[in-house]
Amino acid sequence: MAKPANHDPSEWVDRYGDYLFRYAMLRLRDRSAAEDLVQETFLAGIKERRSFSGNSSESTWLVGILKHKIADHFRHQAREAPLEDNDLRDQPDSSPFDGSGHWTSGPTDWGGNPADLYREKKFLDQLTKCLSGLSPNHANAFTLREIEGADTGEICKVLNVTETNLWVILHRARMLLRRCLETNWFERSAKKGS
Amino acid sequence: MLSCKDVTQLISQSMDHSIPIGKRIGMRLHLLMCKFCSRYERQLLLIRETVRGIVATEGKPGELPEETLSEEAKERIRKSLRTP
Repeated sequence: MAKPANHDPSEWVDRYGDYLFRYAMLRLRDRSAAEDLVQETFLAGIKERRSFSGNSSESTWLVGILKHKIADHFRHQAREAPLEDNDLRDQPDSSPFDGSGHWTSGPTDWGGNPADLYREKKFLDQLTKCLSGLSPNHANAFTLREIEGADTGEICKVLNVTETNLWVILHRARMLLRRCLETNWFERSAKKGS
Repeated sequence: MLSCKDVTQLISQSMDHSIPIGKRIGMRLHLLMCKFCSRYERQLLLIRETVRGIVATEGKPGELPEETLSEEAKERIRKSLRTP
């Protein structure tokens, strides 16, 4: 079987730069952090070039390095901003439930389940905005679970939290993200449509 | 009896790992009767599916996201690769 083509590192920026940058942007939502990680990925790639087996394509290999860099970035953020009570508790003024656990304002009707939403650039922009509005612990837990598809054991290690705390973090992240999308996307498009 | 608040927690947990059968049955029964909680579950699953769709099309030409490295950043990175 023919080995996939390898390219000289001098070609990497033009060949893989944008792809790796987009990959990092979707997960970090921070231009300068994403640029830095792309640069670090290439530098690590040059160092580890001998370990590249050629069993995968060069771009897959580089994404693998970038994934590690992203996890390191989250690990670092978790150390800088450890878990706070706010990450785990409902804020009294923002809880959608009354004292006995019933909805005070339930989810609104989103009008069917638009299956092609993932193709809409504006939806992705709104999702990114909503994720950026969460605390770093909430946003990073959601990103690792839903975008990276990591299992909860791995995420606990990266964010340095217990499994029980992670469930609470993911629950709160989903609840806040759902509400943000409802307010800023679904209710707006319902108004536009009517 | 499970409250709506309890059920939303169980919905999230069940998206990450299997929950004990007793709780699962309690949750399913509640979802059959509660319009808001079943809507909540559908919406969380829609968000999950949409995110998966975005990830699945990642890297394909013409797909999202469309951001590119700035020319300045490209030049900076090129330079750093030449002088390791």
